[in-house]
Amino acid sequence: MSTSSVSKGCFVFKPSAKKKKRTLDVGDYFIDGCEGSGNSELRFKLCQSLWDKMKTETEVLQDELNRKILDRLLEFAGRPSSTFQHGADDWAARMRASEIPTAALVLGVNVPDHDMTFQSLSDLLRQSVTPHVASVQAKECGALKHLMQRVLERLMGTVVSVDEEEEGDEEAEHASTQLHNKRVHCSLGTLCDWYKSKTKRSNNGTPNKKRSSHVRDEQPQPPVVIIFKDLEAFNPRVLQDFILICSRYVEHLPLMFIFGIATSPSTIQHILPHSVSSLLCIELFQSLSCTQHLSTVIDKLILTPQFPFKLSGKVLQVLVGIFLYHDFSVRNFIKGLQLSLLEHFHSQPLSVLCCRKKEALANVLQLSHQDLESVRQLPSFRRYVERQEPQEQVNLLTDDTHIKGVCQKLIKGLRKYHKNFYPILRCLHTLTSSLPKYPLGKQIRELYILCLEKNVWENEEYQSAMQLLRMLARDELVASLQTCAEILKPVKAKKMRNVLDQLEDLLAKFKQLDKVSGETAANGEEITSPEKGLQKKTDLFQLQKTLLEMKESRRSKKMSPFEILRNEAVDFIDSLVRCYLAPPESQPLNEVCYYSSSAVVRRHLNATPRTSIQTALSNPYHYLQNDTLRSEDGTVSNAAPDICIVHKLHLECGRLINLYDWLEAYATVVSAAEGTHPDSDEFGKVDELKHARFIQAVSELEFLGFIKSTKQKTDHVARLTWGGC
Amino acid sequence: MSVLQVKFVGDGDVVEHIVDKQDGVPGSRGAVQKMVKFKSSAGRRVREDDEDDLDEDELLDEQNYVQALGTDNTLDGEESVSAVAGASVFTFQKIKRAHSMAQTASELARTPGKNVTFSVTPELEPSTPTRTGRGHGSESRTPQRGKKVQFVSTTPHRLRKRMTTPSLRSDSDSELSPSDSEEEEEENEEEGQTVKKEDKENTKHLRTPSKSQSSALYKTPAKKSKNAPEPLNQPSLVEEYFEAHGSSKVLTSDRTLERLHTPKLDRETLFRLLEGKSSGYSSEIQQLHSKHQRHFSKWMLQLQLGFSVLVYGLGSKKALLEDFRVSHLSQEIHLVVNGFFPSITLKSILNALTSEVLDHQGTFRTPSDQIQYITQTLKDNPDLHVYLLIHNIDGPMLRGEKTQSALGQLASLPNLHLVASIDHINAPLVWDQCKQSQFNWLWWECVTFQRYAEETSYENSLLVQQTGALALSSLTHVLRSLTTNARGIFKLLVQFQLENKDNPSYTGLSFQDFYQRCREAFLVNSDLTLRTQLTEFRDHKLIRTRKGADGVEYLMVPVETSTLMDFLEKEEGD
Repeated sequence: MSTSSVSKGCFVFKPSAKKKKRTLDVGDYFIDGCEGSGNSELRFKLCQSLWDKMKTETEVLQDELNRKILDRLLEFAGRPSSTFQHGADDWAARMRASEIPTAALVLGVNVPDHDMTFQSLSDLLRQSVTPHVASVQAKECGALKHLMQRVLERLMGTVVSVDEEEEGDEEAEHASTQLHNKRVHCSLGTLCDWYKSKTKRSNNGTPNKKRSSHVRDEQPQPPVVIIFKDLEAFNPRVLQDFILICSRYVEHLPLMFIFGIATSPSTIQHILPHSVSSLLCIELFQSLSCTQHLSTVIDKLILTPQFPFKLSGKVLQVLVGIFLYHDFSVRNFIKGLQLSLLEHFHSQPLSVLCCRKKEALANVLQLSHQDLESVRQLPSFRRYVERQEPQEQVNLLTDDTHIKGVCQKLIKGLRKYHKNFYPILRCLHTLTSSLPKYPLGKQIRELYILCLEKNVWENEEYQSAMQLLRMLARDELVASLQTCAEILKPVKAKKMRNVLDQLEDLLAKFKQLDKVSGETAANGEEITSPEKGLQKKTDLFQLQKTLLEMKESRRSKKMSPFEILRNEAVDFIDSLVRCYLAPPESQPLNEVCYYSSSAVVRRHLNATPRTSIQTALSNPYHYLQNDTLRSEDGTVSNAAPDICIVHKLHLECGRLINLYDWLEAYATVVSAAEGTHPDSDEFGKVDELKHARFIQAVSELEFLGFIKSTKQKTDHVARLTWGGC
Repeated sequence: MSVLQVKFVGDGDVVEHIVDKQDGVPGSRGAVQKMVKFKSSAGRRVREDDEDDLDEDELLDEQNYVQALGTDNTLDGEESVSAVAGASVFTFQKIKRAHSMAQTASELARTPGKNVTFSVTPELEPSTPTRTGRGHGSESRTPQRGKKVQFVSTTPHRLRKRMTTPSLRSDSDSELSPSDSEEEEEENEEEGQTVKKEDKENTKHLRTPSKSQSSALYKTPAKKSKNAPEPLNQPSLVEEYFEAHGSSKVLTSDRTLERLHTPKLDRETLFRLLEGKSSGYSSEIQQLHSKHQRHFSKWMLQLQLGFSVLVYGLGSKKALLEDFRVSHLSQEIHLVVNGFFPSITLKSILNALTSEVLDHQGTFRTPSDQIQYITQTLKDNPDLHVYLLIHNIDGPMLRGEKTQSALGQLASLPNLHLVASIDHINAPLVWDQCKQSQFNWLWWECVTFQRYAEETSYENSLLVQQTGALALSSLTHVLRSLTTNARGIFKLLVQFQLENKDNPSYTGLSFQDFYQRCREAFLVNSDLTLRTQLTEFRDHKLIRTRKGADGVEYLMVPVETSTLMDFLEKEEGD
């Protein structure tokens, strides 16, 4: 059956049941297309299990991050129902009761991430506070009627589906009449009646497990919660009307709103006039910012030896770049992580070693000769081999069993490297993150990327950070050293234990200094004296002179014991960095764990279709590797495909293009390409075929959106772009 | 604080001064100097980038951004990504000379394909000297164009001169205003007539002196400065911008396609002509195709893992996706949607899903109900996998916000897998963050260079040569089912429109006039009858009404003049 037709746009294909063979599953597709087919099945399994672990980790993380705010929201939701009950006595409470309690939940601009939050929120609300929860989105509520309809549908509909067994036919019937006569009965009055019957029935003591706890002598009625997922997108009129109507019923119906806000709380004031917003009793809830969320995710998924899979600096930079400059969406970041994981296992045959230590060691033994050959091809391994003795080199390159042993050793080494790397990275970050101007970045991810790319200590920024550290005041230095000790404490690696001991020694020395603090006070005066010289107005030369003098005096001056100790501490940190923060490229077999092709990730996640089309049009040789198409920059060979020539010609036009001129120019080019003699009569003549090709190319350009037809002038088209000039 | 004072005293020079000195002083540094050093390095960095006003951090961030997203394709370019930088894709509108297209064409014609065998090149070579007279067809036009060029291109020059040296303004300027209208055309016509008789040699001569003449007319130095390339000059860029945007008037030649010697092509001839002639490079195109084919199983893998696959790039991707469908989806339930189909609707897609894929009898009140049903059904049958293959998800009928969000909802279902293609250059704009996350796209660049044969076959706006056969046949079909009186009414309107075909300000026939005419022809007897009749016409889209400025209804037949003439001829024949 063909999928082209002039009368139909949809074609359904259903394989007949008989013919249907076993369909391939995910794993088969993985194996089908990947490199090094020998161990692909194993790789797929590893990939799956690793991803599952990472996914559960992110979910746990999400829950933890949201817990605080959700708890507060739940508490908020539980509260007002009581005021609704008892508030009838005094005036203030009655005033309060006529207001609709509202939670304004500021969630940030990463709208795609909100869904998860709302989902868990409404789940939690259903579980612990009230069964009556309805969430509405702006796009389904264009008019008040629709909004009302959705709210009623969700409130009553969900209850029906939940309690169907207990409530029996009547409720179902009610719902069905509701469905049929929605237009007529779609009012809050209906909802009120429904709510009354609902609560009365549970008060009467219908055996209902869920509410049996509430059904005591004095039962607070569960509130009716309506969640507006995206407040900004709602039509203000609709919202205002809805709130006005609701406020009329608030005495009969314990309503409660939750506004999901992406921008700032002031939008409520923009959307609702005072007369309406005064009917609400708004409480503000601020959720965690998405950058904090991202750092937690990076912290838990990437800066940990727990997961063997790692991203290279460039890939991480691409993912963080997409996050910061495009969407602020943690979900997309995790998607990028998933993609790189998949690509890594798909494209790297040696990724079979990218798993837990035990499995990896076992897998080393399973490596085939071919795999071992590709180990030998790894640049990091080659570098390693070059450092060995000649005899060892020969062994490594020829003896398969020997190389397996070495591989095991190297894998272990890589694991140790990671175990030491992250604690030291964190230590360095705590020390440098509070320095002025943040020479090594405010966020740990920036420092991490620096460390991944090259030897961090060769960085100019690192040098200046170390110099700034040498100037740090004592309490700051001690405090951050103490945090470092805290970081190192839970780490079990042997080397880290040693580091911790040394660090604690240092801290103890700092403490001892307290006892001899008298001397430092005397030194303080000396330090301040040269500063006075600078108070005066100076010219350039003077300033320079003073600075040099100050430097001289400093150098000549004897250092205080604190300064000596401080230098010692900084030197210690420096030595740690040099020892443990070598970039992963220096580690043999790092390719097993590190995924490095950032171009692939970027192309799949952050593609630039416009650029691709532009390139294809202006430089077809980029895609069609035919030598006749090769040309210098900015020109197109006249043998290029028609659409390229037509595009090139149209770039020379203003806002309007005369089709006739265009066609003529095109014919000229094509005749030259065909080799027609320029003096001959045929040159540049428009024949049927050229005409047809021209029409085709022009309509293709229109299809791509470069031009459009216009009625401004006969036989003219309008240009829609200004690019590529 | 003394440290801060250093910053205030010194401007950039001071800072630099200190740094230079400091470089010579190794060893441990004093506190004050260290601060200075740090600041200065940052300051220098900024100055290097020549962006003094920018905030440092911002600048660095930008650099990072460019590094992260832009340049790294050159660094690890295993499959080097597009070589076009953003700046060359998105530029300002520039002022265009009317002859520049012809010039480019002749340039392109001159430069042969690079590695063409040498036997070809000499053949092409003669084109260089004789580029002024281009063969038989264009011979008469070339000098014309030369002439016209002068008219048109001098405008901005004149403007500028007026701005800079008002005293130099000559009277001749006013004569040469770019009227872009009939006189000029006539003039050109005459000139063309005379030139036609002359031979190529003369043509060439004519062109050259005329140019020098004109340059003599305008103060030569001014002309020079204009022609001299000074693109790097900032003010001239600004001037250019305002020149390009200053007037809404567009200067193009007034020639129309009616001048063509070739007959108009209708759709059938077009197809017939293009049928046999596939463009060159078929082997390369085939190579591209098979390169993309190799990724099919990866697509399947990604689809199964919950991603959606989106292919983009120049060239029709229909064949590629069709290939994918046949090779990988033949065992699965799948739905193919032609997004470029002019009357595709969301409803038809959803109906195909519910009634044909899910075997649901009955109808739905709203699309959202239908989506709800699909969601529920697919959730209940987790083993049921449906593949949705949309050619041109950016098609004109699917671009709407509602349609896209509905498709997004479908795509977010775990057992509905979506493969789609886009072609329009602005296609990604139809998705906001929300929709993108629903679709969960993985982008695949698939440049195929194949003709958009099927995609453009529906489109009729730009096939200027369209005969309107379709419109004509529909006209006759509808009219055949009407009464003679109704036909008479319609014919009256058509005749009036044809009488006014040369009147550019013709907006239509007012209802009152029309009624009067119909009465005179004994076609209607009351205002009401005519209105009923018109309603019927309008329902068949035979006429269009428009309220004029005076509130009167004007009636038009929205069909091209030539088609209407054909129609009348045919009617008379009957």
